[in-house]
Amino acid sequence: MFGKKMFPGGVHPREGVNGKAVNSGNPIRELPAPKRVIIPLSQHIGAPAAALVKKGDTVLMGQKIGEPCGFVSAAVHASVSGKVVSIENVLVASGASVPAVVIENDFQDSWCALSPSDHPETLTAAELQEIIREAGIVGLGGATFPTSVKLTAPEGKSFEMLIINGAECEPYLTADHRLMLEKAADIVDGIHLIMLALDIPKAIIGVENNKKDAIAVLKAAAESVEGVTVCALPVMYPQGGEKQLIYATTRRKVPTGGLPVDVGCVVCNVGTIYAVQQAIREGKPLIQRVVTMGGLVNNPGNFMFRIGTTVESLIEACGGLSPDVVKLISGGPMMGAALPDAAVPMTKGTSGILALGKEAAEMPESPCINCGRCVKACPMRLVPTKLDLLVRGGNYEDAEKCGVLNCMECGACTFACPAKRLLTQSCRTGKRIINANKKAAAQKAAAEATKE
Amino acid sequence: MSNFAVTSSPHLRKNATTQRIMMEVCLALAPAGIAGIILFGFNAALLIAICVASCVLCEFVWQKANKQQVTVSDWSAVVTGLLLAYNLPSNAPWWIAVVGSVIAIILVKQMFGGIGSNFMNPALTARAFLFISWSTIMASYPASIVPDAVTGATPLNALKNVLAGTAAMDGLKFDYVDLLIGSHGGVLGETCAIAIILGGLYLIIRGIVDWRIPLSFMATVFVCFLFKGGAEMALYQLLSGGLLLGAFFMATDYATSPITGIGRVIFGIGCGFFLFLIRVFTDSAEGCSFAILFMNVMTPMIDRFTMPRPFGEVKKHG
Repeated sequence: MFGKKMFPGGVHPREGVNGKAVNSGNPIRELPAPKRVIIPLSQHIGAPAAALVKKGDTVLMGQKIGEPCGFVSAAVHASVSGKVVSIENVLVASGASVPAVVIENDFQDSWCALSPSDHPETLTAAELQEIIREAGIVGLGGATFPTSVKLTAPEGKSFEMLIINGAECEPYLTADHRLMLEKAADIVDGIHLIMLALDIPKAIIGVENNKKDAIAVLKAAAESVEGVTVCALPVMYPQGGEKQLIYATTRRKVPTGGLPVDVGCVVCNVGTIYAVQQAIREGKPLIQRVVTMGGLVNNPGNFMFRIGTTVESLIEACGGLSPDVVKLISGGPMMGAALPDAAVPMTKGTSGILALGKEAAEMPESPCINCGRCVKACPMRLVPTKLDLLVRGGNYEDAEKCGVLNCMECGACTFACPAKRLLTQSCRTGKRIINANKKAAAQKAAAEATKE
Repeated sequence: MSNFAVTSSPHLRKNATTQRIMMEVCLALAPAGIAGIILFGFNAALLIAICVASCVLCEFVWQKANKQQVTVSDWSAVVTGLLLAYNLPSNAPWWIAVVGSVIAIILVKQMFGGIGSNFMNPALTARAFLFISWSTIMASYPASIVPDAVTGATPLNALKNVLAGTAAMDGLKFDYVDLLIGSHGGVLGETCAIAIILGGLYLIIRGIVDWRIPLSFMATVFVCFLFKGGAEMALYQLLSGGLLLGAFFMATDYATSPITGIGRVIFGIGCGFFLFLIRVFTDSAEGCSFAILFMNVMTPMIDRFTMPRPFGEVKKHG
């Protein structure tokens, strides 16, 4: 019955003893707001926001402290009320050092004036985009692309279908699962409001079939709204990949180098939809989200946290780590970033914090045996072992010809490789270098053009 | 809280390792080896032991001498040793096994870069070399020692006479039970069809070999002989000689077969077709080794023409 709802390739990552099952029954709890929050001004793809506050300023909860710079950018808000103690560069999960506003919490939680929309059902596209932009909403699945940009159809193109990503295909993570269970009505309401504003006739909520309870709750909530369907998807990583999800739910293939809108689709994560609904109905900006704390931690759980809370505070609230922890990961185990220490702040894109043991330790590589498991696993239908050899050999031109730029770095190939080769890492390196070379070539061409 | 390991994602890996895969291949090869020892006696066991030991030793010595990392613990040399032994007649002298091992491991495998880098199957290349150099020894095919064993010509040689027109199909009646349990002449690991099929199915079920290669290989042989000599001829051809061992264990060698599904089907069909041509149109009764070696050499080309199109890539027009 699922035959049609699949994409090519994919793997079944095992979840260990402490995977989804441990957390899927844990309701979302409020993580106490910390003494101070560290709010990076760049928590999204695109230009960092410009600080609107300075040291010594008093801020209210929900107050805008960072103004989006340029089209592809997002606003940043204070997640607590209190005093700005500094604006300094901090290390974030990606390993980058970015400017951040540090706020001392006064524990009053005094909200700034909120302005919910007075006509939620009759918003125009421009009004919706403005609300989302002002609320600082980005893709909460982890990609953190500004949602207002995503929901703006390019000239001459239109959205025929809104696809909501509730696949949550990464092992361990249960944040979206819990959100769907607990906020199904709000999520469906958010979908409905977006459909009305953007004039999208159809919406499909894609949920992996290991979350039957969430599917049932969403189905019940969606009954009253015309055009919204819930689609149970087979459990297969990376079912939540944008192109994979579109193919699984609609049989449409996003062309190479293209965007979902090229096949009339736009994909939003369930968390993003919830944030949009809160922004429209309550006027609340994005200052909190749900994170799963999983792995080798004493009391795992799902938490609603204030943006800017450190990983350390979350671990403390969970009763500390087991001494066997080898790696601390922000995000899922397949695509998340390994954290050097727990002092980093959690941001809009933090869907999970995982403490993994020796199963996540580095393994020695051995030569490729040409078994083809990576080829079978690749959801983009590439030949990872070939790309790996080309990139390692410095042959970027051929790597590009063989499609390395299509790689979405899902990690399925490295996961499947019996020789433990770092195939995903090679593809990532290759992409970076090819894109950098292209940029340099374009800049050079532009410079020469201006000279003439 | 600090000092956690920082590496690139993904952070989870599947349990499968090269070593585990090779160990499972050895396990799958065990029934055929045990059958060979029962069918052909102590010398079969001795040859298996010599082949495995000398293959592992060759790899160890070569890597030590070249100051490379010693990788004998990946068990791939054991697989080569077993396959080489299974391709020897049970009465072959010990030095044949040693010479074969040196060729397989040093000349074919290590000189081309070790595991995964050789372009021809090591055991098969060694067998081909031995076959040409010591054809009397390599083509002696002693009869099985079990009671009521079929004596005289091997089934393939008998079939060859039919194909060559010097004998009639009617005069030829094999007992299918003999063919399945292997109580007839042949090299020591190829005669017991049941044992080989058992091991082959194990590898397919465990996902270690792709079913496409053995299936397309055997189906091609069957269909070709069906047209050439009828159903009985096709079935006899399928169950005799080295076809089963070759289709399940040799043609499926990762390094020397294509990496994509469609490539593997083309590879299997090619193996079957060449085997048919050799068994019918050459002086040789058997053609499995050379058919697979031909296709080994063609593998890079097949891989190039069967590169999958990236997901979402539109066919280029014009």
